[in-house]
Amino acid sequence: MAVDTSSAPVAGNATPPPARAPRGFTLPSGSVISTFLVLFLVIASFSVDGFASTRNLGFLLLDVVVIALIALPLTLIVVTGEIDLSVASMVGLSSAVMGKLWFAGLSLQLIIVLCLVLGAVLGAFNGLLVTWLGLPSLAVTIGTLALYRGLAFVVLGDQAVADFPRSWTTWAISSLGNSGIPNAVLPLLVLVAVTAVLLHATPIGRALYAMGNSEDAARFSGIDVARMKFWLFVASGVVSALGGVFWTLRYGSARADNATGLELQVIAAILLGGVSIFGGSGGLLGVMAGALLLASVRNALQLVNVPSDVLNIVTGALLIVAVVAPQVVARLKTHRPPARRSAGAQKGNP
Amino acid sequence: MSASTAHRPPTGATEADAPEARSRRGAALAQRLVVVRELGILAALVLLIGITLIANPRFLSGQNVRDLMLSAAVLVVLAAGQTMVIITRNVDLSVGSVLGLSAYAVGTLLVDHPGTPVVVAVLAGMVVGAVCGLVNGAIVAVAKVPSLVVTLGTLYAIRGLTSLWASSSDRLQINASDLPSSFKSFGGARVLGIPVLFLIAVAVVLVVGYHLRSYRSGRELYGIGSAPEAARLSGIPVGRRVLTAFVLNGALAGLAGVLYAARFQTLDTTAGTGLELNVVAAAVVGGVAIAGGTGSAWGAALGALLLTTIGTALPQLGINPFWRDAAVGALILAAIALDRTLTLRLAARLRGRNLRGS
Repeated sequence: MAVDTSSAPVAGNATPPPARAPRGFTLPSGSVISTFLVLFLVIASFSVDGFASTRNLGFLLLDVVVIALIALPLTLIVVTGEIDLSVASMVGLSSAVMGKLWFAGLSLQLIIVLCLVLGAVLGAFNGLLVTWLGLPSLAVTIGTLALYRGLAFVVLGDQAVADFPRSWTTWAISSLGNSGIPNAVLPLLVLVAVTAVLLHATPIGRALYAMGNSEDAARFSGIDVARMKFWLFVASGVVSALGGVFWTLRYGSARADNATGLELQVIAAILLGGVSIFGGSGGLLGVMAGALLLASVRNALQLVNVPSDVLNIVTGALLIVAVVAPQVVARLKTHRPPARRSAGAQKGNP
Repeated sequence: MSASTAHRPPTGATEADAPEARSRRGAALAQRLVVVRELGILAALVLLIGITLIANPRFLSGQNVRDLMLSAAVLVVLAAGQTMVIITRNVDLSVGSVLGLSAYAVGTLLVDHPGTPVVVAVLAGMVVGAVCGLVNGAIVAVAKVPSLVVTLGTLYAIRGLTSLWASSSDRLQINASDLPSSFKSFGGARVLGIPVLFLIAVAVVLVVGYHLRSYRSGRELYGIGSAPEAARLSGIPVGRRVLTAFVLNGALAGLAGVLYAARFQTLDTTAGTGLELNVVAAAVVGGVAIAGGTGSAWGAALGALLLTTIGTALPQLGINPFWRDAAVGALILAAIALDRTLTLRLAARLRGRNLRGS
């Protein structure tokens, strides 16, 4: 029997839950959004003038780099059921510190190392508050969102530091040979691969899903929940600081307000990619597709002269459709329980 | 285990007496902690004003206080509305965009029909906001999608809608000179020296706070936030209550949009951008737990007042105004850490009481 080989003991259960196992769930959620991405790219390259040019695609990728980069650790955090809203502020603070230190005359190599250390400290602070004090991460990172952005302004005020060495800033915006692919995409791909393996092919990744589904169950099965969450927040800090360094070089300007509001775009990409905000489901493939889809839609609409503010409607609608559609589909699939529900209602009010 | 058997039948007439008295005492203790918590913010506010007064005795001069009240009015109204939503374990991130849309809509209405009475303008803004809130609430309550995601989406969508409206009607900015004088005088009006805009905000806080405290539909919001499943099982219409909270919050965000228009009188499509985080911050500082189930509208309003005062007090204290955001962030963290400690202590006290009681 084909049914028996797929799911082992279906003991006395008349309705087998369709594809409820986490691994069965991650793959389709990523592939749906990826299909949308491919479809959109094909349609856009044929119907939008200049969309498929190497120059335009290069710009598109350059816009995605920082969002995709920060989305890597943040995806892991969301999978565990937590959130980090302070990422964009850490980008800004790292950028401001980079500008201040460069102004003070330090070498750029040393500055980058210091920025990454700073990111680790900022992330560790978030992590300590969440794991050690047991505070909700949403509230904590709203606090550090304000705190870190404020510190960025304390460090640099409203000034800009812009005289970074030409060799570094051109590296950040130039591409690999004539391919149009920005230099930064290569190291990003390495990080994506590492994160994907970590999340989808190691015990650590499975532990993250377990924590997102039921933290108590994860703890009882021997997972050190607090330690894992702590290190995820540290990773988020380090990667955001790296994003700050790249942002500064890409725009050739260190400012305290760099990347303001970027956290919403990153989270939009993650949720569009099919990661549940409650944790426990979703995958990295979907998130990367989500980030690319958001950026490509905006890019294509800009090419056909849709005012940039109006693009927000598209971003917002995409996000809502992405979360509502699966719910509707699930509701339609399980449109059996009316009988059971009425029975429950009768029991409820005797 | 006598304690557990005594708890089992809550309707048992013979043994119901002791646990009920105990739970009432527990509730009284919890109530006292909430009051202590709100007095704490009030104390912080008084302390801040006191220190600033020492540094600059003119800080509480009439004009300064009026400016402070005007700046606080918008945030206070938004915080009161947000409290209703957060108490149900939801959040509305779209309020900044709703404010922007409402302000722009009211501005357009007043420019096109200068004879519009101020009351109509206020109601129009509230209707615009309520419709936005209805959209949010309907998606959250009917489609059962997390509110954080939905309102993040409408944050973008509503802001985009405002931009689309502005660019298609070719009116990117509304200036004070375009607005009728009746509306402008409404923005500057005072009663007994207190700006009307601030009085409106105070009235909103009193009504919302009283409703949350004393009405059944208000108390049920706390029940939903504390334990949604238990609320549903005990017959609370969870979906309808949450939807109502979103609609009311939307209407208040719309009202805040009118207050914003009346205060600044120069509007573009970016009005209220990024305000959502300030609102949530004000509520959290005011003791409204982000996980739902606790907090009050007056607490949130005090939080909003405190955040606004910090902004104006820092320069008076000779501190670089760039420290403002950092101070706000530190305040949020201190507030949630304090709440956590209080909750843990309360839980320990109640446990101790139960052990002694049984």
